[in-house]
Amino acid sequence: MNVAELLFWITALLTGLSAIMVVVTQNIVRAALWLLFTLAGTAGIFFLLGADFVGATQLLVYVGGILILVVFGVMLTAQGPFVNLKTGAGEWAVSIVVGLLLFGLLGISILMTEWNFTPAPSIEPVQSRLANDLGLSLLGFRDATPKADLPIGSPGEPPRERTRLAYLFPFEIVSVHLLVVLIGAAYLARAKRRKGPAKS
Amino acid sequence: MDSLESLVSEYWPALRALLAAGLLVSLMAGSAIIFIWLERKVAGRIQDRLGPTRVGGKFGWLQTLADGIKLIAKEDIIPGSADQMLFRISPYLTFIGVFLAFMVLPFGRDVVGLPMNIAAFFMLSVLSTEVFGVILAGYGSGSKWSLFGGMREAAQMVSYEVPRAICVVIPVLCAGTLDLQLISEQQAGPFWNWFIFRDPFQFLTFWVFFVTATAGCKRAPFDLAEAESELVAGFHTEYSGFRWCLFFMAEYGAMFATGGLAVTLFLGGWHTGLFPASVMPGDFASPLGILATVLSVLVFIAKSWLLVFVMMWVRWTLPRLRIDQVMMTCLKYLVPLSCALLLGASLFPLAWNTLGLPAVPFRNHPGVPAQHAPAVSKEGQAGADSPGGLLASENPRELVGSP
Amino acid sequence: MNQIGLEHCLLLGAVLFVAGIVCMATKRNAIGILMGSELVLNGANINFVAFARYNETFAMEGQVFALFTIVLAAAEAAIALAIVLNFYNNHVTVDVDAAEELKG
Repeated sequence: MNVAELLFWITALLTGLSAIMVVVTQNIVRAALWLLFTLAGTAGIFFLLGADFVGATQLLVYVGGILILVVFGVMLTAQGPFVNLKTGAGEWAVSIVVGLLLFGLLGISILMTEWNFTPAPSIEPVQSRLANDLGLSLLGFRDATPKADLPIGSPGEPPRERTRLAYLFPFEIVSVHLLVVLIGAAYLARAKRRKGPAKS
Repeated sequence: MDSLESLVSEYWPALRALLAAGLLVSLMAGSAIIFIWLERKVAGRIQDRLGPTRVGGKFGWLQTLADGIKLIAKEDIIPGSADQMLFRISPYLTFIGVFLAFMVLPFGRDVVGLPMNIAAFFMLSVLSTEVFGVILAGYGSGSKWSLFGGMREAAQMVSYEVPRAICVVIPVLCAGTLDLQLISEQQAGPFWNWFIFRDPFQFLTFWVFFVTATAGCKRAPFDLAEAESELVAGFHTEYSGFRWCLFFMAEYGAMFATGGLAVTLFLGGWHTGLFPASVMPGDFASPLGILATVLSVLVFIAKSWLLVFVMMWVRWTLPRLRIDQVMMTCLKYLVPLSCALLLGASLFPLAWNTLGLPAVPFRNHPGVPAQHAPAVSKEGQAGADSPGGLLASENPRELVGSP
Repeated sequence: MNQIGLEHCLLLGAVLFVAGIVCMATKRNAIGILMGSELVLNGANINFVAFARYNETFAMEGQVFALFTIVLAAAEAAIALAIVLNFYNNHVTVDVDAAEELKG
């Protein structure tokens, strides 16, 4: 077992166990802590799979952004009785049964499919240009995705070529989307008077 | 012996990683030791007194050792209303967030923990994970001073990440790459090749970056959340002994890391700035090459320490800002300023070329630079007798699922 | 096992996905439900990046889709938290079992 496999097993176990602990723990602040480990473990998996930029974005946006937001929300609303909200046993039973069934379904479909893929060789650090290719594809240069001519269509036809604007359009849509969300969230969360006195 | 050699060669990436991590931890700890002494001396001198002069001779060299012994020998107190797990784990979370940033700092040519194509972005993202340790420390201490301090610190650190990221993008625009090694290599030669002198906008960006880095490290004048007259000690009020020591190592480590990032992006990286670019010996394995590499590492560390010294100097000179002034500085002044600098830095080369001004050698940078050559040529390596190299370019990254 | 295959990464993604769904179903705290949705999105992202690694055709697409998912998840979390805070301001509780009326 070489180093990459060992690291993968450790990170995968950490991520999976933390995800299960998010579900199991009753204290909402502890759940945020386990969510931190899950997100950081996911970022580790991304780095191990060679997706550096996505891993760094995961750390920056999820751990350094969304999780902070969630924890601020927890701090603002976790006053006394809301830190530990317990769910009934019946709900737990139904949820766990459905969850296990779903996991079984997903597991069986994953293990029984013939994945005939060959992974890329390891990346030499001086030749890793994935971030450059990513940027070029987001800017809309077709040459950044040379392997993307998918053989769509009936067997006799030549494969269709990709259009010129690779991912420029979704990039612009996401930018405008973020602006709309920024304005909307600022409006929704503006300071208003609370309806009644807070419970002690 | 043969099986030991084969074991070493199979697990060499892990061994090299552990060696690099050990060196970086000792650098961080050694720097923290020197910074604590330096802080007290700088504080003393600025306040017209001498600082520590008793422990270890006339200059108090061993003062930090005495501090360390005191901290380790202190009783480990955990408040009764503290959340046990959160209280214990938050110093380590903060420390991990800061320590990961050292992984991609280039200390010399090919002397990097892990060379990444996105090194500058990686540093920004791991420095942003430090905030969570601060929040957990504030909440987990179970006291209102810590909670207020922690929330204010977190809001401040998260807000200052925005102008800091924009200020990092500006030299990246000038360089054309996020790779910190390539950025450093582009600043080879005399000191007017440094990025800070290439553009009036880069010059201004260095100072804005320095301000945001100071604020992001929770240093004065942005340290209201730690101010003793306001909030006892903010999020680390209830921490004593070795746990407090970890928080302070994280703080000094963050100062060193952002200082190192500023040195790499603006001040020439590991280059001395005195010799022309052709002086660097090509072969690392020769004695002159090793001497040059050691000199570059020392130059990098000295430049970073100089920036940390400037941060300390600013701390003991300027008064503290109120928390609303801190947030106002970020949101109303630094964010628009950094956006304006980004716009200016993007348009300046365009305007320079359009106006037909004489082409300075580095003005038309070749776009995305070619890959830098490794320090050791591959044909020279025997491969059979040594398990692997210590340099970064000799160790390709293994990924999951490689055939 | 000697090699980490695609199945291992996909199973990890499935674990996160199912954990997120159970979390969304069982938590009474509204912010707990938000945490569940983050877990679901992370599971899907692991699947995207695993396919990007193990298949040359999707080397760029997997990472681009993962990036867009991260960005959209951030946007969704911001709005969801704004809604939860509004709910808290109006009802002084964050328990979703109390959200049973359509009015107010």
